[in-house]
Order: sequence, then C-alpha cells, then structure tokens
Amino acid sequence: MDNVLSYMTFIPVAGAALVLALPNNAKLIRWVSAAVTLPPLLMTIWLFNNFDRANPGFQFVEEYRWIPAFDIKYIMGVDGLSISMVFLTALLSFLCIFASFGIEKAVKGYFALFLLLDAGMMGVFCALDFFLFYVFWEVMLLPMYFLIGIWGGPRREYAAIKFFLYTLFGSVLMLLAILALYFTTDPHTFDMRILMAQANKYSTQVLPMWPLTELRWGFQHVIWMALFIGFAIKIPAFPFHTWLPDAHVEAPTAISVILAGVLLKMGTYGILRINFPMLPVATADMAYWCLGALGAWNIIYGALCAMAQTDLKKLVAYSSVSHMGYVMLGMASFTTQGINGAVLQMFNHGTITGMLFLLVGVIYDRAHHREIDGFGGMAAIMPVFTGVTALAFFASMGLPGLSGFISEVLVLLGTWQKYPVLTILGAAGVILTAGYLLWTIQRVYLGPPNEKYSKLPEINGREMFTLVPLGVIVIIVGVYPNVVLNLLRASLDQINQIVIPHL
Amino acid sequence: MDLKNIASLSFFYPELILSGTILLLIVVDLLARNKRGLAMIALVGSAAGLIATFDLYGAQPGLLFHRMMILDNFSLFFKVVALAATILCIWMSLGSNEIKQVYQGEYYTLLLTCTLGMLFMASSSNLLMAYLSLELVSLTSYVLTGFLPHNRRSSEAALKYLIYGGVASGTMIYGMSWVFGMTGSLDYGAIQTALAQQEINKAALFMAFVFIMAGFGYKIVFVPFHMWSPDVYQGAPTPFTAFLSVASNAAGIAIMIRFFFPGVSRMVPGGDWSFVSGVEWPHVLLFLSMITMTVGNLCALNQRNLKRMLAYSGIAHAGYMMMGLAVLNNDGLSAILFYVVVYLIMNVGAFLVVGMIANVTGDEDIEAYRGLAWRGAVVPAVCLAVFLFSLTGVPPFAGFVGKFFLFSAVLKEGGAFALLALVAAINSVVSLYYYAKIIKTMFLDMPSPEDKTISVAVYDFTLLIPLTVLTVIFGIYFSPLVQYTSKSLSFFVK
Repeated sequence: MDNVLSYMTFIPVAGAALVLALPNNAKLIRWVSAAVTLPPLLMTIWLFNNFDRANPGFQFVEEYRWIPAFDIKYIMGVDGLSISMVFLTALLSFLCIFASFGIEKAVKGYFALFLLLDAGMMGVFCALDFFLFYVFWEVMLLPMYFLIGIWGGPRREYAAIKFFLYTLFGSVLMLLAILALYFTTDPHTFDMRILMAQANKYSTQVLPMWPLTELRWGFQHVIWMALFIGFAIKIPAFPFHTWLPDAHVEAPTAISVILAGVLLKMGTYGILRINFPMLPVATADMAYWCLGALGAWNIIYGALCAMAQTDLKKLVAYSSVSHMGYVMLGMASFTTQGINGAVLQMFNHGTITGMLFLLVGVIYDRAHHREIDGFGGMAAIMPVFTGVTALAFFASMGLPGLSGFISEVLVLLGTWQKYPVLTILGAAGVILTAGYLLWTIQRVYLGPPNEKYSKLPEINGREMFTLVPLGVIVIIVGVYPNVVLNLLRASLDQINQIVIPHL
Repeated sequence: MDLKNIASLSFFYPELILSGTILLLIVVDLLARNKRGLAMIALVGSAAGLIATFDLYGAQPGLLFHRMMILDNFSLFFKVVALAATILCIWMSLGSNEIKQVYQGEYYTLLLTCTLGMLFMASSSNLLMAYLSLELVSLTSYVLTGFLPHNRRSSEAALKYLIYGGVASGTMIYGMSWVFGMTGSLDYGAIQTALAQQEINKAALFMAFVFIMAGFGYKIVFVPFHMWSPDVYQGAPTPFTAFLSVASNAAGIAIMIRFFFPGVSRMVPGGDWSFVSGVEWPHVLLFLSMITMTVGNLCALNQRNLKRMLAYSGIAHAGYMMMGLAVLNNDGLSAILFYVVVYLIMNVGAFLVVGMIANVTGDEDIEAYRGLAWRGAVVPAVCLAVFLFSLTGVPPFAGFVGKFFLFSAVLKEGGAFALLALVAAINSVVSLYYYAKIIKTMFLDMPSPEDKTISVAVYDFTLLIPLTVLTVIFGIYFSPLVQYTSKSLSFFVK
C-alpha cells in the first residue's frame, strides 16, 4: 500500500473523468460515483489500522520532484492532526454521494464536480508542500462554485459568487504569505517540514508599519495575520462569517454537509498545521485575541443568531459558526485537553452537523420548505425521523454520552486553566445552544400534528443509510472517545510544545 | 559579432521569409480568382517564419545591419510570440464570418506586414529603428481595425486609434530627440556609455524617459495611455482583436525591456539591474503598475460587451506584467516572459470563443451567453470558463502560475514592493467578479425560450481544444516553459 494517500486523492479524479465518459444514464452515473468513493473509504480503514499512534511525525510520506527549478515538490503525508480529517472527508464524501441521489438536473456534471471536490479536499489534508497545498486549496473552490451555483436554491448565484469572492480574498493573502515564507528559506523551498523546522528563524523584529506601529508587529506577525485571515474566512470566524449562512441555505443538501463537515475544518486545520508550528512566537502573541476571544465571541454570537432564525437550515448554519468557536477557543489554550478537545470537536462537528444537514434535507424534500414555525407535531407523523433528529440535536447540544459532550468538556477544561473569563462565556454558549435546539424541537416535533403534513412519508432506507453511520460514530466517540483521541494525541502534543516556550 | 548589411542577411531569414510571403500574397491576389488560398499562403509563410526563428536559436548572438538590429535569445523569443499569434489569428480568421466579408488579399497582406513590424520591434537596438518598427506596426493596425466595411463602430475605432497613436508616437519621438540631444547617439550601446560617463541633467533625462514611455505605454496599453483600447478592441474584427491584444502588447513589452534594461541600465552580478543613478524610475513603474491594474479591473466590472470587457481586462493584465518591470531584476523579467506566453494562450482562447459565439448569434453582448452550456454549446462554455479562470489566476490553470511568478518576483524585493503585491492580489479578487459574471451567465442562468440553440462548427474545435489543453497543462506541469523563458532571457550587450 505505497502511495495510499495519492490513491485516495486521485481515484476520485479518475472517477470524475470516468463519469464524464459514461452515457447519460442517471442511475448508472450515481452508482459509479458511489463505487468511486468507496475505495478511499476502505483505504482510510487500512490507514486507521496501520497508523502508528505513538509517532508524532508524518507517516505514509510520499515525495516526488515536481518543478525542480523552484524546488516545488509533490509531498503527501499524514500525522495525527490530518488523519482524523482524512477519515472525515472520505466518510462524508461517500455518504453524500447517496444523499445526492435525488439530484435530477445535469446529473453527469454534478457527480463529476462532486468527485473533483472530493479530490481537492483530500489533497488539502494530505499535502505537505506549500505550493501543492495551495493548489488543492484553490482547486476545491471551482467545483464548489458550480455545485452551489447550478444545483442550489433560489438565490444560488448570489451565494455562489459570495462564497467564491470571500474565499479567494483569503487565499490570495495566503499566497503572498506562502511566498514570503518561501524566500526566508535557503535554499528556497516549499517543503512544509523544512519551514516548520526553521520556525525560530522568522524575524519578530518590529516593522515600521505606520499607522500600525503600536501593534509592534514583526515579519512573523504580518505573515501570521495574512494566513489567519485566509483561514478565518474558511472557519468562518466573525466578521468573515457572512458567506456561510448564504452558501449553506442555497446549497443542495449534500453540498451543505460537505461545506459544514469538511470545508470549515480546513480553516482550523490550516491554523494548527501552519500557523502554530511555523510561526510560534506570533501564535503565542495573537492567541488570546485572535483565537481565544474571537472564538468565545463566535460561540455566543453564532448561538444568538441561530436563536433568531426562522429557517431550519440557517439555524444549523449559525450553529456551525457557534460550534467552530469551541475549536478556536480550545486551541488558544495550549493545554493538552484544550488542543485535543479542539481537534476532537472538529471531527465531532463534522459528523453531527453532517447529520443535522441531512435531516434538514430529508424534511425539505418532503415538505418543500424549511420554516421552523410551519411544522408542528412531526413526532407523531414521522417517529423514526424524529428519533434520529433527537439524537443529532442532543449530540449537538452536548448531552453526556454523545460525542459533542466530550469535545466541549475537554475544550472548556483546557481553557479554564488559562482564560477563566472566556471559559465562562464559552460555557454560557452551551446553555444558549440548548436553548435554541430545544426550542426548535418543541416547535417542529412536539405539539399537535400539523394537518397539512399528516401524509408525509417516513424517512426512507437510503436516507437512513446516510445517517446511521454518522449516528453510530457519534455514540461510539461519546462513549469511548479514545478511539479518536489516541490518533491525535502525540502529534498535537508536539505542535503544542513548539508554541509553549514562547508564551 | 557586429555585421554589415550583406553578412547580416544570413541571420535575417525569418523576416525575409515573411517579406517574401507578403509579396507573394500581393501577386497571387492580383491573379487568382479563388481568394481562399490566400489565407493558406499566409499561414504557411508564418509557419515557415516560425520554424526559421527556432532555427536561429543556435546562432551566435550579435548585432546586425550596422548595429541597427540585435540578434539574441530575447529577440527570438518575442519573434516566436508574434509569429505564433499570427498563426493563431489566421486560423481564427479562416472560421470567422466577419473576415469573410472583407478583402482577403489586403487583410492578410496587412496582417503579415504588422507581424513583420513586430519582428523588427523585438530586435531593434537603435531608437530610430525602434520608432520606425513601432510605426510600421501602428499604421497597419489602424487599417486593420477599420477593416470591416459599412461598420460605423469599426471606422470610429480606427480613427480613435489613429489619433491616440499619432499623439503617443509624436510624444515618444520628442523624448527620443531629448535623449539624442543629451547623449549624442541613437544607438543603445552608445547611449549607455554616454549615460555612464557624462554628467547629464537627471531631471531632463527623467522627462525624456517619461515621453518615451508614452509610446511604449500606448503599445502595452497602460494607464494613462489606455483610452484607445476599449473602442479598438470592440470595433476591430475579432480575430484581429485577439492578435492585437497579445502580439501588440508583447512587442511593446519587448521594445520597452530592450530600451530600459540592456539599453540604459547596467546588469549587476546576481541578476539585478542598476538603473541610471539619480533617476527614481522603479517607483514610477511601481505606481503606474498599481494604477493600471486597478483602473483596468474597476472599469471592466460593469462592461456588458465581452470584447470591451476583455479590453479592460487586458489593461489590468498589462498592469500585472509591469510588476515584473518595476522590480528591475531578472526574476521579474523572466516572470514577464512566462506571463506573455501564458497570456497569449488564454487570451486568444477567450477571444476565440467570443468569435465563435458571435459567428452564430452575431452578438458579443453578455446576453448572448445566457445559459450557453444548456444550449448545446457546453464545450465552448467549459473552455471559456477555463480561460477566464486562468485569467483570474486560479489553479490549476496556467494563469495562476504566471501570476505566481510575478508575485514571487515582487515579494522577493520586499519593502514598498510588498504593497504592490498586495494591491495586485486584491486586484485578482476584483477581477474574479467580472470573469465569474460571464461564467455565471453561461452556466448558472437558464436560457430563456427565445434563445436559440447554438451549434458550433467542428473547425473551431481544432484550435479551441489545443489551447484549453495547453492552459491546463502549463498550470500543472510548467517546467518546460520555465526552462524556455529562462533560456530566452539572455541579452546581447556590447
């Protein structure tokens, strides 16, 4: 199984080409796409079994020359941080193919673009060369733009271009930062491992940046900020979050799942992979305001926004803003619990929010609207559906025994040792979350059944098939979190140890 | 190597082949009934010229015709670009309905004469030669712009082009006369020696450079000499617009680099160039570059005619390319050369699709593109999307690599240039908006019932598919192109 990561990344690309070559038979195209996403998923199981949990470094590394003149290489590899994300990507891609079976319009184009998106996401989490990382990061944008723009809801054009413009703005800043880092190496290289190894070389001497001189930023801080803005747009951190509700509401169900489940993680992944180990001094200086305080604000602000929504999908979208706040808060603490909790929260949020969006999709397919106040008493009409929804909602709320609880508690435990005030704010977010989720359950599922919807069919087998694996993971991680934490611990401790001396 | 007239001829055969073709075209046009063959003659002639140019790569660099012209890899590179653009233009013209209405003989004769002028521009090493070759290109361009019969827009464009061009080249030759007055020579080598040895009034020299820049700037199309380009691009026949947008721009860049780098600057070991001391030239270029890209992009935002939009986008791209001039080092120059090639491929590709759609609908406005992908033209729509994303600078397309090299050349310099890189980066985001507007219209909008189905002639794909494939390949594997451009960056300096 040499080059397993490349296979995982490029099998979907080959699949996309294959889908384009197939005859225009929707059924065939759907099943071929599903078949193409299965091998990467099986390979993740192999990775899971063969991953050395004690080794904090990169494993399964592949290295090839690509453009020798600029020392651009093709380097892939995973460590504890990325392997959880690779697993999440493979799983959600596979399930979302099934969630997309309802797509009727231009089926061929949809699945081809979806597979390209899958490849781009996988590549971002595996790439260890900065140039390659950037290419994957951008390549993912193109299919996403079309997937939202062609197969989305009524305001899809607006949502698609807004998503594209926001992300491109972030990525060009990132590109400049990448180039600036490239020129600090000697000989010049884009190899992330080398850039991390020389982390102490980046100057922190204060730059005369009128009118920002008072910030006392050095080269390292400027680069940190450029990268951070790029990643914060993806997370999305306040005030860059406004693309997210639009994109989520307009995107088709499966794309919402991918957006929330995988794309948002790229922001926090990038900060942990790049900002932390490469720019430790700036990370230590910026962590309180840019990660901790902003994270706490994200939690509260996202929860309050979610509470005010009348559209079920928008509510879930804002709950994502809120939950990603825990990730930022956790990694700002530089404690073992905090950072492990943060990455576990990334994984959990991917599964839980994936479920939530799938569930919203189920009800939208039947009722053709998502108004929270337009339902009522769904528990009596669709009991199985209501049961699954309750599981997802409680997991999202942080009910003990389910995965969301573990990660939020770890984050708050870790943060309490450093920032008590932020921890209290974060904990208040848990109450707000419970508030809007319980209120939603009450309005949608409880009460007298709405006559208009008394004939709605129960959730079907295909939909259950997409939900059950996620539900099982939510319960397993809730009961035995070590199954994921074991993967993460060694690598995250190492990342933490790079920054701690500079605090 | 410093050759006299007759000896020079043996290093001059691309131009000789082209001149021969031009004469042949005139004669055949007089005699032949069937004018379709003329395009073939022109095509074969330029292809032969291209092969001959590649053949010259082995020759020893030197000066030709009593130091009037120069033979080195740099000039050969721009000759290749001009000839490649000509071949693409002729290929496009063969499938264009617009060109079918015009006089074939005159069209191809003038087109090849324009190319010949560009070959001279690429290799001139004397201000007089530079001026004459630039005028040869300009004069033929004026005529070709106004070549569409009974088309008011075309005639108007030609007139505007003529007036702007006249003013710009007048200003340029005035500046040249100042340089001649100060240094006593028109020859680049002698100018450089004089600048290094004599005490020259720096303010006067600066003004002379500004005047000369007017002429070069109008060819490269940068602000404030850009006013002609939107009208000309919109009015001229589409194949010629495509040619003008890449070849004229490239020739302008060639003549400018030749004058400002080996002409008046001195190469310092390590790949940097030192400009005449006391003249704050890089900052002028830096400022012009910022203004050019910003004006181009902001004006393009609200255009509804695609050719006009591409004209403004061309101004923006001229601004990006100028970043490489401003840094005054070889990294910047090789980034420009790389960008010229990439821009040739993607911009001609974009105009090709515009021409194809105009052939069917007779319209270049964005409304004609509504739901293009759903009206039977999914391949041209996808190809245009590739070219436009490439122009935006999104990986994995060639335009990204081009911008990447420009940014890296600028960032390497640091200081005020970091600001230039930031402005350029934000400009790329702005440009996404108008490029994506076209893509949105093609893919995201649904055709309305009155929109016709579009069937594209198979002929058009013969050029479209290779250009698209190249745009993708140079975005993923660009080593060969990097090698070629760095090989081309060698000047003969005496």
